Amino acid sequence: MAALEEEFTLSGVPLGTGPDGLLGVEQCDKTDQFLITDSGRTVILYKVSDQKPLGSWSVKQGQVITCPAVCNFQTGEYIVVHDSKVLRLWTNEDVNLDKVFKATLSAEVYRILSIPGTEPLVLFKEGAVRGLEALLAEPQQKIETVISDEEVIKWTKFFMVFRHPALIFITEKHGNYFAYVQKFNSSVVSKYTLLLGQEEKSVIQSFTASLCRKFISLMSLSSDGCIYESLIPIHPSDPENNQLQRVVRSLLLKTVVSGNARNALSVLDQDHVAVLGPPLPASKECLSIWNTKFQTLQISKELPQGTSGQLWYYGEHLFMLHGKILTVIPYKCEMSSLAGALGKLKHGQDPGTQTMPHFVNWEASQGLGSQNSEPSKRILRRRKIEASVQPEVPASQQLLSTIKKDSEKHIEIELRKFLAIKRTPDFHTVIGDIVIGLLGRCKTEPSFYPRNSLMQLVQMHVLSYSLCPGLMEVALEKTDVEMLQLCLQQFPDIPEAVTCACLKMFLSDAVQEEKMEEQTGILQNGFNPEEDNCDNCDKELSEKPQNTIEETTSCPVIPKRAALLNAVLHSAYSETFLLPHLKDIPAQHITLFLQYLYFLYLKCSESATMTLPGIHPPTLNQIMDWICLLLDANFTVVVMIPEAKSLLLSLYKFVKSQICICSELNKIEVSFRELQKLNQEKNNRELYSIEVLELF
Amino acid sequence: MGEFKVHRVRFFNYVPSGIRCVAYNNQSNRLAVSRTDGTVEIYNLSANYFQEKFFPGHESRATEALCWAKGQRLFSAGLNGEIIEYDLQALNIKYSMDAFGGPIWSMAASPSGSQLLVGCEDGSVKLFQINPDKIQFERNFDRQKSRILSLSWHPSGTHIAAGSIDCISVFDVKSGSAIHKMHVDRQYMGVSKRKCIIWGVAFLSDGTVISVDSAGKVQFWDSATGTLVKTHLVANADVQSIAVSDQEDSFVVGTAEGTVFHFQLVSVTSNSSEKQWVRTKPFQHHTHDVRTVAHSPTALISGGTDTHLVIRPLMEKVEVKNYDAALRKITFPHRRLISCSKKRQLLLFQFSHHLDLWRLGSTVATGKHGDTLPLSKDADHLLHLKTKVSKMPAFLRSAVQILFSEDSTKLFVASNQGSLHIFRLLEGSFKHLHTFQAQSGTVESMCLLAVSPDGNWLAASGTSAGVHVYNVKRLKLHCTVPAYNFPVTALAIAPKTNNLVIAHSDQQIFEYSIPDKQYTEWSRTIQKQGFHYLWLQRDTPITHISFHPKRPMHILLHDAYMFCIIDKSLPLPNDKTLLYNPLPPTNESDVIRRRTAHAFKISKRYKPLLFMDLLDERTLVAVERPLDDIIAQLPPPIKKKKFGT
Repeated sequence: MAALEEEFTLSGVPLGTGPDGLLGVEQCDKTDQFLITDSGRTVILYKVSDQKPLGSWSVKQGQVITCPAVCNFQTGEYIVVHDSKVLRLWTNEDVNLDKVFKATLSAEVYRILSIPGTEPLVLFKEGAVRGLEALLAEPQQKIETVISDEEVIKWTKFFMVFRHPALIFITEKHGNYFAYVQKFNSSVVSKYTLLLGQEEKSVIQSFTASLCRKFISLMSLSSDGCIYESLIPIHPSDPENNQLQRVVRSLLLKTVVSGNARNALSVLDQDHVAVLGPPLPASKECLSIWNTKFQTLQISKELPQGTSGQLWYYGEHLFMLHGKILTVIPYKCEMSSLAGALGKLKHGQDPGTQTMPHFVNWEASQGLGSQNSEPSKRILRRRKIEASVQPEVPASQQLLSTIKKDSEKHIEIELRKFLAIKRTPDFHTVIGDIVIGLLGRCKTEPSFYPRNSLMQLVQMHVLSYSLCPGLMEVALEKTDVEMLQLCLQQFPDIPEAVTCACLKMFLSDAVQEEKMEEQTGILQNGFNPEEDNCDNCDKELSEKPQNTIEETTSCPVIPKRAALLNAVLHSAYSETFLLPHLKDIPAQHITLFLQYLYFLYLKCSESATMTLPGIHPPTLNQIMDWICLLLDANFTVVVMIPEAKSLLLSLYKFVKSQICICSELNKIEVSFRELQKLNQEKNNRELYSIEVLELF
Repeated sequence: MGEFKVHRVRFFNYVPSGIRCVAYNNQSNRLAVSRTDGTVEIYNLSANYFQEKFFPGHESRATEALCWAKGQRLFSAGLNGEIIEYDLQALNIKYSMDAFGGPIWSMAASPSGSQLLVGCEDGSVKLFQINPDKIQFERNFDRQKSRILSLSWHPSGTHIAAGSIDCISVFDVKSGSAIHKMHVDRQYMGVSKRKCIIWGVAFLSDGTVISVDSAGKVQFWDSATGTLVKTHLVANADVQSIAVSDQEDSFVVGTAEGTVFHFQLVSVTSNSSEKQWVRTKPFQHHTHDVRTVAHSPTALISGGTDTHLVIRPLMEKVEVKNYDAALRKITFPHRRLISCSKKRQLLLFQFSHHLDLWRLGSTVATGKHGDTLPLSKDADHLLHLKTKVSKMPAFLRSAVQILFSEDSTKLFVASNQGSLHIFRLLEGSFKHLHTFQAQSGTVESMCLLAVSPDGNWLAASGTSAGVHVYNVKRLKLHCTVPAYNFPVTALAIAPKTNNLVIAHSDQQIFEYSIPDKQYTEWSRTIQKQGFHYLWLQRDTPITHISFHPKRPMHILLHDAYMFCIIDKSLPLPNDKTLLYNPLPPTNESDVIRRRTAHAFKISKRYKPLLFMDLLDERTLVAVERPLDDIIAQLPPPIKKKKFGT
């Protein structure tokens, strides 16, 4: 899990930050030391773990640093440019920047780029690139112009690609963006146009890039608040043909920040990005870590005093200006082990049902997309648009287009046809797409709810919660308890919050009413609560209470509700995540559920095997776990309710009596064993016998 | 096939001794096991876990420690204060040497194998040099207050850890002085016990010392600082043994509750280099104390008071998931403890220190399959013979195996050094006739003997060299059966045909014609076709082979869980046919029965089967030893609550 640790500030020397914040934060040749260049005249060397400056250098009054200071990792010298053209080189021992080595260049420098393992590069504003050594040998050499007029460099980054340095820089001209990639083993410059797609009007606010095998994965944060990714090949397919190539942007994360403010983006590792900016237009600025693979927000930290919209990331530290103070937030992303993340699994499979694949094969579903797309393009992760990408799967495509327009009845017929076709390896993703397609229409058309089709799809045993995230929410919205029950029985990965929402609904009055109204409808839909396995026990049990007066032995809920609650009891959960949600359930519902659980517990204890009758009943462990969970979450509430008091008392008495029985059993165990021994001796009394044996 | 009257004998009151120590030898893949009566057994794990060697114990020798050193040399030490080296070729004790420190509780060979360390009752740790012929005392380490119960060398050989009562000492081998003394908490679940006994220590190459103690703790210590690093409470009773794998990535501990716990060094999180010891798997294959454990590269080995030797392969280490990956539980010795006089209907039972002679009963009734017949005469216990050393010729002192000829006129004795003696038995005395000397260059003792019913041929087999056949009339070596990779588990020579039938530990059976000096046609056929896979998957060796007096085509053999009559005239089973004929056919016509019939007639009715033989053509004797009867004679296990928490 990604985690942000306690922040700390680097102070000591006041930073002359301008309206645009700092010029830059750069790594040094020694770990833990960073060069901070403010937008005025000062360069400060910080040791981050000690939170103190090691050195500070300023240029003369009247001069302005125009390019952040960097460290030459090969020599240990620091390099800075002031007044666009004057290069200064110095070391730790130097005190006055005026007296250090100076070289005046013939063109304006955009940035000096330095990374460990290679010599620094100087990128000029006109797009030309020189190695530092070559430049110092002849400072006044002529610098050619690479980019056109009015084209302005916006951002640049320097990589090592298989031990060869490679440089990428982005230019902008009239709202069009171009990427230049220069490799220094071949000294070829490739130019690409970034196609912005539909979001033509947006302005790119921040760039970040990382290496991803043979591509540079360029991420950009647009003013619409979305993060896009473009893959730029490092090795151009045709280096000779130096024509302008196009690079498509694909949406990676949607609306992570509100677009109006100054936002920043930095890639942390292959699955995580850090985003700086307000998540909502009105809210304060936040530092958020997003997982791009699962599109989830991992952690977020509010920065109430505002930032300069700049973010640097080195090693394990995120640097930003918080107010006027340079703040460091250590960031850690540990790969969590599966064992630690696992909660309680489903109790077991229905013997009759087909085993469903619990885990989606990510490789397979990703490979499916990349087969059809060109290498430079990258398809969106959202499957909605897959219809256009997969021309050779006409059946599912057809169905998806049917879903968009046709009536429920027609969709149902088409779906039945589709399901009759032989299953392909990516069957589960296709089914997931269909469900998402259906749900998409549900959202746009409130009257559209293709219940039968969805039921049919869920019953294919291939869906999981993560394949169709919206399904249960829609069912909750429509109070479709049968659908929820089916989902609870089928899906292995329902979040605890949704399980709890289901529980809440099952306990609420909605269930009762519906039963009265839709009894016939339910039967028509192929769902018969009377047939449900869990009901068998309840039905059988419900015969008893007529002749017994004692209240505890009668089932406190109607059979239908019991069947629904049993589905909840069977679902998988992790205690830590479930407990907070359980607290939201109203007290009288908690009491009702406890009554039902107590009733099940009593029924369990009645049989010698400690199991309930029926085909797939809740186990004693599940019942006990849920009783404990409910009491853990709501004990203080329940204990105050008068009607729950008697229940708690009888529960307490019953548990106590069970403990008594166990201890008594322990006491007489010795006697049991003696009896067993006697029995054994009787069997083995015959030490010698003569028998007849026939071999065949 | 035939109907037999079976004398089902369960009065063989054999109780194996509890296992005290196991020592695994990685080089030869052999396992040495010592039992509480001082018996030492050698198991060949490569040869289907066959118990190939055996050193009988003695009342005065209680083994407390066992270890391999210098590759293939085996040492034991015990409460009589002596260190013993075993001669693995001649199968006798090479020498014993008093350590002069009182009873010895622990022993460990140095990682290089050149030094031996023993921990004694008087608190001393003594270092011995292992010389090619003997061991030599070198020096004492600093004496501790109480007995040294466990010892472990640091893999570099520079330091040792010694577990005593209430404390663990770390010694520097060069100086012999204790550099750290780590005191172990006596507290057990908040209750202060009288003493905390360190049953086992293990010294890892990173300087960690792992200790197991009587308070149920597994503790990790830093030997450099002498501090406790981590504690795992694994049992409510003593943790009695520990063994670490060679890679030091896993170890195993055995508790007095019969549980074996596997600990593994696993990454805290995936991809991280930080690792920690985690208790991964519990195994409950024992009912009583697990006195000792060993860790082979692929398996956990444990043994204890309940007399079972359990070999539990680690599934993640086993490459091929075949039958070898199955759990092995070895309870009975892989040799015959019973002999039978067919004519007189007598059974002789061999115990570790005495012999019992019984006469079988009889019946006049007849019945059908499955009936138990009324006895007209019950079995009688005739004799109880205790060991008594009388005057014997010097060369006869250590007989590994003895055998009488069929007509009881000759006695064949396999002594150590590989020689075979022949005696003529006279009224009240005997006369030495001849000695077959060992083949030049070998000193391996012959463990198995077989004589032909006509008395002309004698077959003898050691553990590794092939089977030798001697001509008794001419007193010379007749031939040697081609050597085979796996040790011989049973031998017999058929009457009339003089075919030698040999069973090997990999469940192969060969038939070798002695007069023709070659394998018989049937043997070649079955080798060509191969045995049924279920036959090869049996996990106990064949311990006895005999023949039907009237039907030369029949061979009777048995292991601990089945007996089988092979009818060589019938077709051989292939992997598709049913090997074990389950039930007698009731309504089937003769045709079907004949079509499905194959050569292996197997019955699993009697088990565990220690002996089975034909008394006459219609009578069998089967000696069973039910496990319940053995368990009933063991001390009660630690009581565990069955109900509630």
